[in-house]
Amino acid sequence: MTESFSQAWSSTLQALLQRGSGAGADLVEVFLEHTDHLGLLAEQERITSVNPTFARGAGIRVFLNGWDGFVSTNDLSVDGLTRALDQALAMLNLEANGLAGSSSFEGLGALKDYALEKTSWLQQCPTMRDASSRLLEGTSQLERLGQHLQVRRGSYARDWQEVLVAASDGTFARDIRLHQSTGLSVLAADGDHRSSVGRRYGSTDRPDDLFTWNVESSAAEVCESAGTMLRADYVEAGQMPVVLANRFGGVIFHEACGHLLETTQIERGTTPFAEQVGELIAHPAVTAIDEGLSSGAFGSLSMDDEGMEPQRTVLIKEGVLQRFISDRAGELRTGHQRTGSGRRQSHAFAAASRMRNTYIDAGPHNPNDLIASVERGLYCKSMGGGSVGPTGQFNFSVEEGYLIENGNLTRPVKGATLIGDAKDVMPRISMCADDLDLAAGYCGSVSGSIFVTVGQPHIKVDSITVGGR
Amino acid sequence: MSNNTLDAGTLRDRVQTLATSAGIRQWDLGAACSDDCSVQVDRGEAKQLKAAQRSSIKVRVWNSDGLVGITSTTDLTDSGLARALEGAQQASGFGNPDDVPQFSPMATVPLPQLDRPLMPRQGILPLLKDLRAAEAELLSRHPAIQTVPYNGLAESLSTNLYLNSDGAIRTMERTQASLYLYARAEESGRKPRSSGAIRMALGSSDLDIQGCIDEAVERTVSHLAYQPIETGSYRVCFTPEAFLSLIGAFSSMFSARAVLDGVSLSTRESLGQTLAVPFLSLEDNGLHPDHISASPFDGEGTPTQRLSLIESGCLRNFLHSEATARAFGVKPTGHAGLGAKVSVGPDWFVVGTTPGQTSGQELDHTRETDTFVLIEDLSALHAGVKATQGSFSLPFDGWLVKGGERISVEAATVAGDIRSLLTSILHLEPTQEVTHRGVAPHVWVEGLSITGEA
Repeated sequence: MTESFSQAWSSTLQALLQRGSGAGADLVEVFLEHTDHLGLLAEQERITSVNPTFARGAGIRVFLNGWDGFVSTNDLSVDGLTRALDQALAMLNLEANGLAGSSSFEGLGALKDYALEKTSWLQQCPTMRDASSRLLEGTSQLERLGQHLQVRRGSYARDWQEVLVAASDGTFARDIRLHQSTGLSVLAADGDHRSSVGRRYGSTDRPDDLFTWNVESSAAEVCESAGTMLRADYVEAGQMPVVLANRFGGVIFHEACGHLLETTQIERGTTPFAEQVGELIAHPAVTAIDEGLSSGAFGSLSMDDEGMEPQRTVLIKEGVLQRFISDRAGELRTGHQRTGSGRRQSHAFAAASRMRNTYIDAGPHNPNDLIASVERGLYCKSMGGGSVGPTGQFNFSVEEGYLIENGNLTRPVKGATLIGDAKDVMPRISMCADDLDLAAGYCGSVSGSIFVTVGQPHIKVDSITVGGR
Repeated sequence: MSNNTLDAGTLRDRVQTLATSAGIRQWDLGAACSDDCSVQVDRGEAKQLKAAQRSSIKVRVWNSDGLVGITSTTDLTDSGLARALEGAQQASGFGNPDDVPQFSPMATVPLPQLDRPLMPRQGILPLLKDLRAAEAELLSRHPAIQTVPYNGLAESLSTNLYLNSDGAIRTMERTQASLYLYARAEESGRKPRSSGAIRMALGSSDLDIQGCIDEAVERTVSHLAYQPIETGSYRVCFTPEAFLSLIGAFSSMFSARAVLDGVSLSTRESLGQTLAVPFLSLEDNGLHPDHISASPFDGEGTPTQRLSLIESGCLRNFLHSEATARAFGVKPTGHAGLGAKVSVGPDWFVVGTTPGQTSGQELDHTRETDTFVLIEDLSALHAGVKATQGSFSLPFDGWLVKGGERISVEAATVAGDIRSLLTSILHLEPTQEVTHRGVAPHVWVEGLSITGEA
């Protein structure tokens, strides 16, 4: 977008907040955004899709007696914003009369501008030509390094977002966010044997990330995995110990426990941990953290979508539940203090308590110790997606797995799905290795799809249900 | 309540003027705008009330080399449209010369008539009142049901357009409403269980609220007395909703785009070949009278139509866009999106028995006494389905049925291969049920792997 958010918006926003507060709202919050997205797809030796997308909009939320009304609009004119505010007020049976009624609103604070150092980032990002060239390098490397490849794809997405947040508690903050992700994927086929493997690499706040991407090593990783899995047998189902690799293996904690430590889940009554702060909910080997601070990590933030700086939140320390991840509504409705975790996909969603960079912390073991401790089980080298339901039942798929027999990795196996219950599985994470690493991902939930990081060292789960054939 | 609408003629004139001044001769666009509102409640209190006015446009342009570029924007002001045209022009420099979409030859032919009257919207406070009442009744129906953590009542008015520089103008306006109630129940010393129901209608006053409550209660309560199931191979009966969700997850089998891209289980040569048991028929019918979200045209302006996909067990047709139809030498089928690389997808599956064919079985999930697993709902299809490989491994909600007695299954997965499944179908029950995903009967399949905790 050519226009930019600035201090110049303060009078318009003050008038809106005054109008909402004067109507009797406990709190009024305005979220403005511009986005500039670019997506590219390369297939074999061609760029087959280039998708620039521009968007702008506002989300206005009004709180009264703990509950809220939320209206989103693409119309950023004063009339459009006023109409949206009045609609949000009317939802709560409030009416703006145009006069300043009794109100606790004391005006906006000074603009906290987290964007000052970031205004040139969009211009520093790869152009369409740069990005296409890098993706075609990727598909060319796949061709060079892979075998039996029926499809070779490279994808790139750049999400640039400028936001301005103002609230009647005085919050006034601006930020620019830049997320880039690059992926390579292949479909290998040989007769009836097939394997599809993909890897994604993501960063935050690094305009030159695509230029420093190691294409060859990424392509080699994908090709090696596809080659290994091409003739893998289906996993034999049942209960067994499982060792989960580091980086994206962290999705197990994200799904099994992380979502259940969001105050949104307390509000819904869907977490078994609501009353267990201070209690042992996991094996003492487990310390888990959620933070928005790791440099370059996909879930890092300068401020959350409610204008608050993120904190490093220790969720579980040596198995004991320490605290929940909380947003503004979560604090209001559950009493858990905000942690800078109010996040949303866009102006079309109200913020909710969401994870940022979430990981199980490193432990004392060598990864080989974990594998050596298993007589017969499954090693999950690469994980697919997963989900958690309203009763705490989680699941996730294994993209690349190997049997563990007598403490050694043996045959590759495919088609495994791990399922379980958070309350049961957390005490069974009995060993953590010393190789913590993070991986970029997307998380879909009540406030849309957001950028997150999952992570962990190698961990061992003593017993879990492995679905398969 | 505002009315966020688009005028097709005015938009066409504005875009034509801007395109001409940018030196663009050929363009087309899809536009959408909507007014939505929805409510959620929590034990009698309003949880969140939401409304949205959304507008968006996707514009494609062909450059002087005949290559296509596309841009999307939510800014429908003149400056926003000009910027979108500029972005599309820039993107066209990267257009794929091996696959250039053109205007659909059917973008100006008459459209089918859809009987979808616009229904009056109630507004957000009446919706809140209705949802509060629904939640209260649901909570009162069984002591174990203590919350309805996922619930929502929504209504919307939307307008969709397709325009092109050759004079095509397609417009449609529709109203739609939906209700979902997902309850959570828990008994002392037992794990919590959750289930629910969904209803859709043209307007919120037409929603079958009572039916939704009844189904949510029945489905939630019926799973309270759960037991683990032993791992093994079972005869399985899929409910219509579960079978449609599985078929939908493998719909790339029917997509000509996926075939051309090499990511489908089908190939060009698959047409006419056996894909399923001979008594199975599958069609895609976006015009089905029960399809609430029906649209008379697709993203390229091609009319929606009824299309046979599987007949007597054989693959008869693929779903096409303009470009894939041209590649196959057939007509577009009305299943396209709008893009530089046009996507192709199904509208509304209808599963049934091929006329004149029979399975030779008389299985009935309400009366069968031999042991089988009744799968009610499949989860995590985004993670557990490998569409390019044909395999699936999915958590499910369902029952082990023994001697006619239903025992809810705790924490289990079902795994298999879609091609094997389609040729292992034992029987399609005679009653087709309408779901929010499409129409299907209960479907029986022999020998699927179930993994449980027992």
